Amino acid sequence: MKHLIAIPYVRATALLGLLLLLAGCSLATSPVADPKGPIAMLERDLLYAAFFIMLIVVIPVYVMVFWFIWRYRAKGGRGEYKPEWHKSNTIEFFVWSVPAVIIITLGYLVWTYSYKLDPFKKIAAPEDTINVQVVAQDWKWLFIYPDLGVASVNELAFPVDKAVSLQLTSDTVMNSFLVPALGGQIYAMAGMTSELNLRANETGRFRGRNTQYSGDGFAMQFFEAVAMTEEEFDQWVTNARAQPNPLSNAAYERLAAPSIDHGVEYFSTVQPGLFEQILRKYARRPESSLRGGHPSAITQTACEGDTLC
Amino acid sequence: MLGRLGFDALPFYSAIAFGGASITVLGGLVVLLLVTYFGKWRYFWEEWLTSLDHKRIGIMYIALALVMLVRGFVDALMMRSQQAIALNSNGYLAPEHFDQVFSSHGTIMIFFMAMPFLTGLINIVVPQQIGARDVAFPFMNSISLWLTAAGAALVMVSLVIGKFSTAGWTGYPPYSGAEYSPGVGVDYWIWALLVSGVGSTMTGINFIVTILKCRAPKMRLMQMPLFTWTTLCTSILMAFAFPALTVVAAMLGLDRILGFHFFTNDAGGNMMNYANLLWIWGHPEVYILILPAFGIYSEVTATFSQKRLFGYASLVYATAAITILSFSVWLHHFFTMGSSPNVNAVFGIATMIIAVPTGVKIFDWVFTMYKGRIIFHPAMLFTIGFLVTFVLGGVSGVLLALPPADYLMHNSTFLVAHFHNVLIPGALFGYFAGFQYWFPKATGFTLNKAWGVRSFWFWIIGFYLAFMPLYALGFLGMSRRMERYDVAEWQPYLIVAAVGALSVLIGIFCQGMQLYVSIRDRNKNIDVTGDPYNGRTLEWQTSSPPAEYNFAKIPDVQEIDAFWDMKQRGVAYAPASDYEDIHLPRNTGVGVILGGLGFLIGFAVTWYIWWLVVLCVLGVAACLITRASQDNTFEIIPAAEIEAHEKARSKALEEHKPAPGDFWT
Repeated sequence: MKHLIAIPYVRATALLGLLLLLAGCSLATSPVADPKGPIAMLERDLLYAAFFIMLIVVIPVYVMVFWFIWRYRAKGGRGEYKPEWHKSNTIEFFVWSVPAVIIITLGYLVWTYSYKLDPFKKIAAPEDTINVQVVAQDWKWLFIYPDLGVASVNELAFPVDKAVSLQLTSDTVMNSFLVPALGGQIYAMAGMTSELNLRANETGRFRGRNTQYSGDGFAMQFFEAVAMTEEEFDQWVTNARAQPNPLSNAAYERLAAPSIDHGVEYFSTVQPGLFEQILRKYARRPESSLRGGHPSAITQTACEGDTLC
Repeated sequence: MLGRLGFDALPFYSAIAFGGASITVLGGLVVLLLVTYFGKWRYFWEEWLTSLDHKRIGIMYIALALVMLVRGFVDALMMRSQQAIALNSNGYLAPEHFDQVFSSHGTIMIFFMAMPFLTGLINIVVPQQIGARDVAFPFMNSISLWLTAAGAALVMVSLVIGKFSTAGWTGYPPYSGAEYSPGVGVDYWIWALLVSGVGSTMTGINFIVTILKCRAPKMRLMQMPLFTWTTLCTSILMAFAFPALTVVAAMLGLDRILGFHFFTNDAGGNMMNYANLLWIWGHPEVYILILPAFGIYSEVTATFSQKRLFGYASLVYATAAITILSFSVWLHHFFTMGSSPNVNAVFGIATMIIAVPTGVKIFDWVFTMYKGRIIFHPAMLFTIGFLVTFVLGGVSGVLLALPPADYLMHNSTFLVAHFHNVLIPGALFGYFAGFQYWFPKATGFTLNKAWGVRSFWFWIIGFYLAFMPLYALGFLGMSRRMERYDVAEWQPYLIVAAVGALSVLIGIFCQGMQLYVSIRDRNKNIDVTGDPYNGRTLEWQTSSPPAEYNFAKIPDVQEIDAFWDMKQRGVAYAPASDYEDIHLPRNTGVGVILGGLGFLIGFAVTWYIWWLVVLCVLGVAACLITRASQDNTFEIIPAAEIEAHEKARSKALEEHKPAPGDFWT
């Protein structure tokens, strides 16, 4: 009788263990743990550094909790019993000061890294930067290359080792743009532009997606960020230009209609000023970007006068 | 006549929706039939529904919370099972159903499980802890309860008539605006929040005044039990934070119904204002939920370590610091909205500063156990489970407080794991501990131990299985709220998480069994003394359950842990002779009626039944005017009756003198 009960349990445990093992293998190669660009790398390092610094507090808590509940248990505990003991200035000093010192350290990291990793901050000179205008739609991403006159849906191509400077807006509800392997993340909101600057260190295809729930097609609203060699990128642009598919106003209207699991699509030309036009659907004065005091992202792609450059 | 309400509102469009609706309706009918069958309507009306006794109101709050816990957990189980199977498949929940499920799960767990649970515990315990006979505003207390119940009822009704919101528990526009969510779902959500939010604001006001003005005359602020302190801080947060929620929900309602443009994409609307207003309520809300639990942990740790609380003053100052700081961190919920680096850095640092007083609290509880005699009552098990698990939630919280790290993890399952990691061990385990701890005080008999221990183990193991995989999935780039996915390596984690949810299900079943077994055997487990654990604070001086007036004589407080101190001095049960008449509020049905009208207003606005709205608003005005012009709202319990009652209790205590061995071990 006993083993009749035991066998399903053993099987269940073995199955769970196997699942965890499979899972553990995939973690080491996760986009966050194994980033492919300098921005994501710094973001990850900050995450790890903060985690290890906090272990200074976490480990003593664990040690003390388990030690104390063992030593001072009512039945069989060997510890001394001092029911009125309730105050120790030494302990109070340490329990306030150690966390405080840790937080001061982390606070310093927050301050420096918030500037270093400001998503709006340009990370390369204009000639080493690919500018892309990103429009969130239901439920896909449109990428317009204003300097190259082409556009694509659900595929963000760029040469490796060149910075990608994204200007984002939304032609629908609020979306949030993230490519975990390269770094992130920033909201895209209608009538406003936000910015994100990324870079890849090696070629490859990296999954990116909207992370802000936006309706029925949300789960499948992902795209691929493709880092390629300079030659491959030129080829990519040539290929896009050869498509019989110009992004006119009419074509844009068709594209913007809600669609789920939209495939990759390329556009040979882009109606001039399309991005500004999308912004003006929602805002009378779209040239005011999210960063009120900063030079407008739309009228000045270069960021002269911006101390963050 | 019925606005946009028609037959198509009934859930015949999907088998799952119909099943959920049927269970809701049948469950309600069964309760009504049982009450009718046993002929208990009069009893319920006179003794419970119309009661202004804070202890009964507390019990009703907790009953509501437990029902909603089950409902919210069914939602959780549906999400976990859907995600476990939805690799390259639609699973069994369509997107528009899955999004209702995650929206109602969050809404229910925060507003209609956690809020009533903590408010119920506060109601039962705080007046007794401060040696008071009632709360400051008993009638307002009843209105708060019934408005909360009305909000919960609106969420439940949305299962049967119409649909619930698909916009998540935070309801971010423009998605939740009329353009993108034209149905009734978001309106149900708004009105559930508005109606219950008013109740919460009034609860806050009520307990601020109760604690500041109704304490036993000699009890100084720095002698108040920790649970009373955390309740005071939570009440301050409720009174100051909930109006922001009321305002932002009302603005969204104006956008939707009257075509305003507060948060729309166009015409000058700005969804960023919504995010700010929502989280100016939303972050303090986290501490509204968690501070009372911190108070419970303080009481439980001291009692079951059989030792005085370590660092009382530190704990009080830490609580107060958290209360103030909680208003200064709301922007960390949207670091990714594009604020400048100095804004993000300031809010990131402010957020991390909260970790200092929180860390201090953890250490104070740990040092309370040091040199104690620890008894592993289920309440203490939940507390220890909290200590070791909450630390992880704190760590992931500080990680998310680093803006650049948040850029990677925002909206991911890492975030989902984080807030469940703080709210389940941090808040819910605290409420469970409080439930186990104060149950005999509220009912007069103790809870079964074995089922309590079982429920703890299934809960904590289930918690780790359900949420540790979600941390890992955040590293694998999984976003929250996905009803399907095409990444095969996510699935093992999601299966483990579903197994965790099943373990929690067994934990909840054990809690049900515990309640059933304890009620069945109640005559064997009567708490004669009212002090089953050799308690330290004043609520253990009253009988279990306490007399309607709690204390025949207002206690003479001289120390922290007043009751412990009285027992040391041998005056805890000192006989008195000079009893006086006690004034207590008379029961009234106006609270129930106002709750009903609140429900109808919410329902009628949701369905655009405007004549009913007007009628109900007039009804509210009529109720308030009638109530305000009533003279005899108090009744008098004569001194002789009190004396007889107290003598009987003294006799029972004589026969059952608590000896050290009697206490819970």
